[in-house]
Amino acid sequence: MDKRAIFSGKALPYMLLLPQLAITIIFFYWPASQAVWQSFLLEDAFGLSREFVGFENYRTLFQQREYYDAMVNTAVFSSLVAFFSLSIALLLATQADKNIRGAHGFKTLLIWPYAVAPAVAGVLWIFMFHPSLGTLAGPMRVMGFDWNPLLDGGDALALVVMSATWKQVSYNFLFFLAGLQAIPRSVLEAAAIDGAGPLRRFWTITFPLLSPTTFFLVVVTIVYVFFETFGIIDAVTGGGPSGSTTTMVYKVYSDGRLGGDLGGSAAQSVVLMVIVIALTAIQFRYVERRVQY
Amino acid sequence: MVENRPFNTFMAYLVLAIGVVIVAFPVYLAILASTFDASTIINGNMPLTPGDQAAENYYRTIFVGASRSTREPVGTMMINSFVMAMGIATGKILISILSAFAVVYFAFPFRKTAFWVIFITLMLPVEVRIYPTYKIVADLGLLDTYTGLILPLIASATGTLLFRQFFMTIPDELLEASKIDGAGPFKFFKDTLVPLSVTTMAALFVIQFIYGWNQYLWPLLITTKDSMQTIVIGIKKMITTQDALTEWQIAMTTAVLAMLPPVAVVILMQRLFVKGLVETEK
Repeated sequence: MDKRAIFSGKALPYMLLLPQLAITIIFFYWPASQAVWQSFLLEDAFGLSREFVGFENYRTLFQQREYYDAMVNTAVFSSLVAFFSLSIALLLATQADKNIRGAHGFKTLLIWPYAVAPAVAGVLWIFMFHPSLGTLAGPMRVMGFDWNPLLDGGDALALVVMSATWKQVSYNFLFFLAGLQAIPRSVLEAAAIDGAGPLRRFWTITFPLLSPTTFFLVVVTIVYVFFETFGIIDAVTGGGPSGSTTTMVYKVYSDGRLGGDLGGSAAQSVVLMVIVIALTAIQFRYVERRVQY
Repeated sequence: MVENRPFNTFMAYLVLAIGVVIVAFPVYLAILASTFDASTIINGNMPLTPGDQAAENYYRTIFVGASRSTREPVGTMMINSFVMAMGIATGKILISILSAFAVVYFAFPFRKTAFWVIFITLMLPVEVRIYPTYKIVADLGLLDTYTGLILPLIASATGTLLFRQFFMTIPDELLEASKIDGAGPFKFFKDTLVPLSVTTMAALFVIQFIYGWNQYLWPLLITTKDSMQTIVIGIKKMITTQDALTEWQIAMTTAVLAMLPPVAVVILMQRLFVKGLVETEK
């Protein structure tokens, strides 16, 4: 892995590393360790006194019904977004991978939602489905849906899932398309000569060969739902109605800022850190395996 | 395609066209809304062809702003977002190319340690350490400053890893040749490494610009002055979903303006964007 030819220098390499290390330590390691430390402290409401309480914050946390609700919301939200954004992206990618005219133009027209901020995506969708003025809310009412994402928890969750999926499809599409283009044509041609139709070729050849990409995208999408959808939730529902769209990250934010419970918020941060580290570890194990293929 | 099946080709066009329509429709509605006055939108029967209020709406949004909620012209917000996005993109490139240079081209004690110290930051997004980071930035007196908006977000390993990966592919002979020519580290960096890295830098820049422009939680916490808020924060403040006070025509005009720069970057620099996206995720 190392270079044969290198420079010698005593102070220079450290000076080159200094800016990044300084920023990393001040804005990363220090706050991360503070979060861990704070999770063992109990602070009074005015921030005047602090007391070491061991695992008290964690015990309180895991006794809260709302925390389990937030966990369930996060799980439901991530599985729905992962399922829909991956299937839609795969469907679009397989079509764009066909040798049709204008495929490149379609690609351009499908990838740009990646660049839309999550909060803005949320605003676009609430505008479209707003119960009183949304362009699509009227037709839905005519069709007999009792639609109101501002009052009904299930509708709110549906709206948030749709906005998050809309944004994530572009990313997954791009990676699926790259994965499809890496599959050797000769394999597919051989199968076609043996008489396998397009659907059969897809399920017996393409889909298994894509599985590393799919797995990678599942992990990435879950991480996306955990963290980046914060903007969507805050802009569209504010975690409501009555907590039905409060995810774990949103709860860290609202307990710390709105509730003033810094110890509890820090304990939640630590739980999240553990989850992200686990997800990242899974992702890296997979990356190692992919290199061997 | 392996064999020629007209029906199959037709299906491909159909599916892709439906996909494009679904992707574009919410944005089309936003653009439409930015061409009507408030009352046309509020009554819930907005026509599906553009109105005639576009000039008025864009003028008011950019130079005056929403009257009830944000009290700040969106033009100012766009400048804030732009400064933040540029600062994050250039800052990340600068610090990470230097550290990658050190890690790849020098042998020194604790090299592996330094690499791992940087590498681990990949794992924890800013969201999980948000309040302690806020406190540090507050203690440093950086609330409501561009520095405070930018610095904490450039503490990440993606850039370093990307440059490291790229440097590893540069043949050793290049460095040997420059050494024979008597070039020191600075000269090699400036005359060989930087010119070779231009594409990588540009790809990273595109991704980081979008990342910076779209930041939400961090600017929401550390900007308290109206004059420092970014456009993505501004639009959220304009939307008060529960009541009729939202000036939807201004909010949707702002949404269009908030999408414009990053979407333009993706479309105009598509090749670099795809390269950056694929390589930063490896």
